[in-house]
Amino acid sequence: MSLTAPTRIMTAEPGSGATVVLKDVIKSYGSMQALTGIDLTIAPGEFIALLGPSGCGKTTALRALSGLEQIDGGTIVIDGVNVESVPTNKRDIGMVFQSYSLFPHMTVLENVEFGLRMRKVAKADRRTRAGEALEMVGLGAHGERFAHQLSGGQQQRVALARALVTRPRVLLLDEPLSALDAKVRVQLREEIRRITTDLGITTVFVTHDQEEALAVADRVAVMRAGRIEQIGTPEELYATPVNTFVADFVGLTSRIPAELVDGAVLVHGVPLPLLGEAQPDGPVLAYIRPEDVALASQGDAGAIEATVVSSSFLGSLRRTIFQLPDESLISVQHAVEEHPVVGAQAWLRLKASAVAASPRS
Amino acid sequence: MTVANAPVLVSDAAESSTRRHSPSGPATRRPLRGLVKYLGLTPFAVYVVLFLAIPTTIAVVSGFFTDDGAFTFDNVLGLFAPNVLATFGSSFWVSAVTAVVGAVVGALVCYALLGTRADGPLRSFIDSASSVLAQFGGVMLAFAFIAAIGSQGLITVLLKDVFGLDIFANGVWLYQVQGLLPVYIYFQVPLMIITFMPALSGLKLQWAEANATLGGTRFTYWTRIAFPVLAPSFFGSLLLLFANAFSSYATAAALISQGAQIVPLQIRAALVSETVLGRENMAGALALGMVIVMVVVMWGYSVLQNRTSRWQK
Amino acid sequence: MSRAGTRRVDNSVAVRMGSEPSRAVRWIILGVVGLVFCIPIVAMVVFSFKDGLGGGYTLAHWSGLFDEDAARTYRNLFTGIGNSLLLAVVTVAIVLVVLLPTMILVHLQFPRLRRTLEFICIIPITVPAIVLVVGLAPVYSVVVKVVGGSVWTLALAYGITVLPYAYRAIQSNLDAVDVITLSEAGRTLSANWGKILWFVLLPNLKRGVLAASFISVAVVLGEFTIASLLNRTNLQTALLQVSQSDPYVAVIFALLALALAFLLLLSIGRIGRTRTGSSS
Repeated sequence: MSLTAPTRIMTAEPGSGATVVLKDVIKSYGSMQALTGIDLTIAPGEFIALLGPSGCGKTTALRALSGLEQIDGGTIVIDGVNVESVPTNKRDIGMVFQSYSLFPHMTVLENVEFGLRMRKVAKADRRTRAGEALEMVGLGAHGERFAHQLSGGQQQRVALARALVTRPRVLLLDEPLSALDAKVRVQLREEIRRITTDLGITTVFVTHDQEEALAVADRVAVMRAGRIEQIGTPEELYATPVNTFVADFVGLTSRIPAELVDGAVLVHGVPLPLLGEAQPDGPVLAYIRPEDVALASQGDAGAIEATVVSSSFLGSLRRTIFQLPDESLISVQHAVEEHPVVGAQAWLRLKASAVAASPRS
Repeated sequence: MTVANAPVLVSDAAESSTRRHSPSGPATRRPLRGLVKYLGLTPFAVYVVLFLAIPTTIAVVSGFFTDDGAFTFDNVLGLFAPNVLATFGSSFWVSAVTAVVGAVVGALVCYALLGTRADGPLRSFIDSASSVLAQFGGVMLAFAFIAAIGSQGLITVLLKDVFGLDIFANGVWLYQVQGLLPVYIYFQVPLMIITFMPALSGLKLQWAEANATLGGTRFTYWTRIAFPVLAPSFFGSLLLLFANAFSSYATAAALISQGAQIVPLQIRAALVSETVLGRENMAGALALGMVIVMVVVMWGYSVLQNRTSRWQK
Repeated sequence: MSRAGTRRVDNSVAVRMGSEPSRAVRWIILGVVGLVFCIPIVAMVVFSFKDGLGGGYTLAHWSGLFDEDAARTYRNLFTGIGNSLLLAVVTVAIVLVVLLPTMILVHLQFPRLRRTLEFICIIPITVPAIVLVVGLAPVYSVVVKVVGGSVWTLALAYGITVLPYAYRAIQSNLDAVDVITLSEAGRTLSANWGKILWFVLLPNLKRGVLAASFISVAVVLGEFTIASLLNRTNLQTALLQVSQSDPYVAVIFALLALALAFLLLLSIGRIGRTRTGSSS
């Protein structure tokens, strides 16, 4: 993966990003409630990710914003204007779909200038602007190709150029990277972020990949079963998850049986602060992040005995799974130089970070 | 017999299945293994040679020979006699008209089915009904139309009694070439539905959605996106319908008991009587003419199918 | 996991986008076309109950089939039916014994020949029955000398005419079930080719084989051209002949044949659907 300097061709016009407010949005399919009351306010130029497992309603929310779904209740306001009854083609939004959205019988250039054509822009002007948009996504030389001649990553870039060339107020992306290879995914998400920042466009990005969401978004909304569980910056979600669903979904966690005593979580004798609302004392599961556990020596204070189960080399770090005396498994992230041997005995030390906990039966 | 359920002539899958299976076992058995494998192909090869290759060759080549076996161009030249040309003309006309009407009506039905569930009751019923009606040709179809719009047919009588309309006021056209039109259309429309539905369902929803998000309307969707994408498939199916009508014999034979108004009937006349136009082996020349037309039409069909499969990925 | 491929859109949104017709338009088109297409069939049914030119209605034509005399009066028709059924059986046998093994063999061992095989199986569309029959007459004069003139020999020609349909039915099954991988798995588990064919391949090809068989039967029952021009008797030629003396019986049998074909093709659709719950 090579790093190339970005080509700054298109720049933000003042006031180009729109304010988007969803209030109490409800959508049902027959007896199934896809959205049970979504409240979301997006500032101009902000990049928001909707994150959650499949079926949580994130795509429905996005499509409601675009007008491709009719909502059953609530309001959607873009720049102060109610758009619930405005048809999709009048909402001035740009949308990138997961796959197959390029028109197969048109060249790449014709695809990109389609939106301009719909707005009755003159031919010469269209060509120039479409060309610029293609340059912006790095495909300036591919204008005469057809969709089926391009790779998946290239197709999505064309889709992005096509959506952006008309300077919409809002850009919607429906899992645009899910169908692509891992390397391409990482590269493309950086580009998407860079371009939308340059243009100042309000962006809503749907994904089920929490790493992706945390990497690119200004704020992330974690969704489950039609409602937003928590919305905040990636750091907030990671460090202070509001409940165990968010704690489990965002980042890696190990679930370790522990005891809640006097408001502190006692994990194998080590007391840790409790994250989130107060709970009654009793047996709990503690959600511990791999980077909050360190390798220790036998004599250290608070050292917990463990056996090495397996170890994975991840390039810049190692992640090892240990079995604790109560047979639960804990994942530990540590330096590459340390080589735990499978089956060997080891000692672990818990760092004093706050942990989320849920009652254990 | 009709050309129902005609397979797609190009299979992309063939490109990918080029894996070689090297025979296992000691090297000495390899030549024998290879030979045995090829032996497995012989039954089919023999069968096809005997009952397809040879009859086709005879049919197409016999026009170049007299009964005594002498080579002659007489029969082939006879194809250009005015009445034979008129027969080809009638065949083209009937095939073209029924192909166009069948294609348009069939495409409309496919359009009406857009948005319905692919495995739902409506589509399955229309699928099955189309498969049956596309095959329901020949003698049985002739009966059906005689019962419906023959001289004493249900509709004929109904129109006469209730509306005072006599559809046969200028002669009973059902038993002439014009009569073939409604009858052929009856199996052309289902064939179109079978052949064209996959193309229409291949229209990706994302294209309509992308069109909407880019500011397009229903009109722009159909004129700029759907029609252009569907065009190769539509015209390919149209050609298939043309070929289907052109090669159809049974229905015409059942309705038109005597005469040689279209090419298949002319072949009948040539086979049943010894000579046509005073030439022997006219049937062979006519068969050659038919095959040439069919080859051209089916070649056009396969070219258009190629185009379609390239886009419907 | 996005369900992009199977997403359903609200009809109102879809109509505005143009990807679907409105419900009204849909039912008008289907209604009109459906009505027009019912007419010939309804006409046949009504006709079969008509009492001559008088205008009354009678069950006599239907009940007459069960008369004692029926077998004698309609002897040719029943011969035709019997012949067609026999021809159907023999044609299916040809498909199963000659075409099917060849297709499996080519699919597994001769992948390069697949295009050729497909091309061969499509030729019968370009060379229709009316053309083929011109060349079949000399071939059949030889066949008659070698194996006799009984009617089953007609099936040899029918096997060719059903090739396009049978080929497609079996090939789509071969493509859907990864036959190559299955047979490789069988071989690594030390089964010989006979066992692989019997235990692994054929059970997975049931769907395509049944579909090919049913559609071959439908085609054979409807075949007229070759039988008529080679002067043999089958269902269709007998129907045509009977219609000249007793049109009512002819129409009744045409209706029965239509019903049978509908049942056969419905079963093909059923078979295709029971596999994974979605149509093949």
